[in-house]
Amino acid sequence: MIGGEAGKMALYQATQDNTKELLAEWVKEQMSTISKQGAIKEADLRDQCDTFLHLFTSAIRHGNTTDLRTSEWDAVLRYLNEISATRSEQGFSPSETATFIFSFKKPLFTALGKTYASDAPALASATWESTAILDRLGLYTMDVFLKTRETIIARQQEDMMELSTPVVSLAEGILALPVIGTLDSARTQVVMESLLQRIVDTGSTVAIIDITGVPTVDTLVAQHLLKTVTAARLMGADCIISGIRPQIAQTIVHLGVDLGDVITKATLSSAFAVALQRKGMTISRIKAQA
Amino acid sequence: MGDFLLVTIQVDMHDRLAMTLQDDLTTKISQTGAFGVLIDISALEIVDSFIGRMISNISSMSRVLDAQTVVVGMQPAVAITLVELGLTLPGVKTALDVEKGMALLRETMVVPESDDDDRQDI
Repeated sequence: MIGGEAGKMALYQATQDNTKELLAEWVKEQMSTISKQGAIKEADLRDQCDTFLHLFTSAIRHGNTTDLRTSEWDAVLRYLNEISATRSEQGFSPSETATFIFSFKKPLFTALGKTYASDAPALASATWESTAILDRLGLYTMDVFLKTRETIIARQQEDMMELSTPVVSLAEGILALPVIGTLDSARTQVVMESLLQRIVDTGSTVAIIDITGVPTVDTLVAQHLLKTVTAARLMGADCIISGIRPQIAQTIVHLGVDLGDVITKATLSSAFAVALQRKGMTISRIKAQA
Repeated sequence: MGDFLLVTIQVDMHDRLAMTLQDDLTTKISQTGAFGVLIDISALEIVDSFIGRMISNISSMSRVLDAQTVVVGMQPAVAITLVELGLTLPGVKTALDVEKGMALLRETMVVPESDDDDRQDI
């Protein structure tokens, strides 16, 4: 019978008896496949493999090789978590991370073959058992790897969100908000909140939203812009949208977006001129031009 | 007789209170013949669609009674909420604070300068 108790015990026996050889072979195997030379030291790798091997051996001691959710596997999974997460942060590729587990197959099979050279059914059964369990552990490593990557991406997105919404004061009572990058719902929310908050803080009555750095404007982005403008108006500040590029002007008209009575200007400087005029201020040259 | 009425909302508006305000204000406008109404909602932190509509209604009513209405001091959170609710209060004049609102009223109105504003706190 394939996958029977005998196979499980055989797997344990083979691992237990050949720990040293397994470890040496395994480390050699990995050192040859890892492309980033120097990314990990051989001593570190040996440590990792050694720890894993110990945990692995104690996990399969009672012949439980099917269900990873049981308590015997806790330690193994936790250790894999750690390895996979650090590798993901160190910039290892997914296949290199998975190799940690999969490269264990070859030495393990060799060890099994050596122990059960004369007993073909036991060998087949033990091989099957080990393949099943290693595949599952490998997949688990991938899961953790991806999760770590996703956490990193989410963190970077958050950073970008905070970085990309500065509200600057141009003159007394005039604020500017240079928007750079695509506007999505979450970002618009942040943009809107920080703009409105600054309007209250500074008592500004004119706000210029500069969209020179917005690559594309679709109906959703236009709607977000309009919402921001309306909210600012409700608070008693006027908004001017500037930096509309020719392509974007075309898109807006083709999409049938009605910007209503929002003041739009081609450049930030012309918007600033309008704002100054509203506030009854001017810019004048105090020196003759050289 | 004052030119302007100042309405300050200092507690969280509930529906009944809003109705009372609407009644009081319209009566007061016709009584005093005020030209301008300032509604200060800077202390208002929570709005729902009903209160939003009441603000809009009150200003429309004042306009019908020939008084310019300026809503002043709306909090950012309130503004965002109203926009998300689709209540953009078209036609309602707004200003950042009472002072700016007063200036706006003076600008838009051709009335003799007068400082003795009627004040009514709610």
